Amino acid sequence: MTTLSYQMRASFAFVERNFNLIKRYWSWELVWLVYSITDSMAVSFIGLGMEQIGGAAAVNTQYLVLYLLVGTLVWRFLSTIFYWITDLISIERWEGTIEYTLMAPIRRLTHMAGQTAFSLVYSLIFTGVILIVISLVFDIDLSHANLFSATVMLLAGSVSFVGIGVMASVLPLLFPERGSQMTHVFIALMLLISGVYYPVDVLPGILRTLAVYSPATYVLRGARMAILEGASVPMLWPQIWPALLMGVFLIPLGLWIFQQAEHYAKRTGKLHRNG
Amino acid sequence: MSHAVVVNDVYKQFGKSEGPFWKALFTPRSSNGNGKHAAPTPHSPIQIIVAVDHVSFTVEEGEIFGILGPNGGGKSTLIRLIATLLLPDKGKISVFGYDVVRQPLQVQRLINRVSVEASFFKKLSPMENLMYGARLYGLSARETRKQVVEILLRLGLKERDIYHPMEEMSRGMQQKVAIARALLSRPRLLLLDEPTTGLDPRSKREVQAVVRELREVHGTTILLTTHDMNEAETLCDRIAIMDSGRVVALDTPEGLKNRVRGSSEQSPTLEEVFLELTGKQLRNPEEDEEV
Repeated sequence: MTTLSYQMRASFAFVERNFNLIKRYWSWELVWLVYSITDSMAVSFIGLGMEQIGGAAAVNTQYLVLYLLVGTLVWRFLSTIFYWITDLISIERWEGTIEYTLMAPIRRLTHMAGQTAFSLVYSLIFTGVILIVISLVFDIDLSHANLFSATVMLLAGSVSFVGIGVMASVLPLLFPERGSQMTHVFIALMLLISGVYYPVDVLPGILRTLAVYSPATYVLRGARMAILEGASVPMLWPQIWPALLMGVFLIPLGLWIFQQAEHYAKRTGKLHRNG
Repeated sequence: MSHAVVVNDVYKQFGKSEGPFWKALFTPRSSNGNGKHAAPTPHSPIQIIVAVDHVSFTVEEGEIFGILGPNGGGKSTLIRLIATLLLPDKGKISVFGYDVVRQPLQVQRLINRVSVEASFFKKLSPMENLMYGARLYGLSARETRKQVVEILLRLGLKERDIYHPMEEMSRGMQQKVAIARALLSRPRLLLLDEPTTGLDPRSKREVQAVVRELREVHGTTILLTTHDMNEAETLCDRIAIMDSGRVVALDTPEGLKNRVRGSSEQSPTLEEVFLELTGKQLRNPEEDEEV
């Protein structure tokens, strides 16, 4: 068997395992889906209530609901990818299988590729289900939306989120007891600076500067252009290339950081401790 | 006969970290390499535990090599070092000529390990867990499915257990699944870290029969750690007795007994050999956690 086909087969191990896990933990998946739908609905209702809250008649409620909805859906998509990637280690810590997996004759890139492939498919389906349910509740006008270019934007943005996820996944490796919880810091910071529910222009100086370096800023802007204004892929290019460029840097950087952390864990015996 | 494993002056300690962890991430770890418990520095009140203390031995291809010792004796650390799960502070380990630090991927292709704690995705069934394991080792799904059923039935599992979550199984049964998982990849070197701890006598015998068959039929080299004197005596060609991270004796079971036979006509047991060589008795496996 060639090295490539061997590694491909090995990477499918993670796809199949994760599929089996969500099948067995189906009740948890259901709870998570209900939570995500209600969360997205709650945010969208802010748009509907804006007229009453602000007392301003000039508010375009339809536009505002869609603006918030795109924010919440894009965020759900990106954060789901992030959490599946960080689960690379935390799920193995939880189950106590980390030594077995890290002893297997596979490259870390293979490991990440399998987890990434699964996370992309899962996140697209998960976000799609939320969109369908929400569109049944709200009177959403998607006649101007370009769903194809929105999907392209999401996929381009997911590359950099994989890199960030790989970086964050070292936390459960280095801190067996609380590492998993520490990964939330990454996602909270990006939620603040990337303009999920507001334009980044409203942020104060330093945060606005930081927003430039968050891939989510470009994904959100691009997705809104596609959904609200029907922008085509070429029109989204100014948003696509920064997101892709960040991914090109962040994935190798994430892999390098992961390798250093794995080396450290093997030197200090941290693999053995199940948190 | 060629060497399957060469362990050369290996030293491993655990304990303190000087300064913040991120400093340690990028600096090579140095070790003092002397004594069981190195003195703590003024900045690190945590005691340093020397788990493996300048250990050297070789295991021949096709040999069943036993490591006998109490909990905390360094057996599991040694297995982890060979399994590429830990990096030695000093010394060198090679498996079929490949260096475990510099060529881990090549080593990993040739080995598999069964640890004392059967580590599985508990909600998944034995079939799902073993399919995961098999794919990691590049095995085809169709063949694996057949083999899983075959091996597990042989180890005494019922067919319906193969498709139910592992969390519903006893520890003994889980351990058998762990052994089946290791067998699937047909390793040239099988590392068995107390594989029969917690098994009932019948299951123990079944596992021991599999170990013998692996060597006889497939020529697998087996490195086995155990507390069980009988198991060591009946299975192993040679036994290394480890205590406080050091190998205090290494010989065939008969050779070890001859060392302490003295003037008595009666052959001593391995328990007596251990007591004589270490001044200690082997403790109960459940007493404390292994280093």
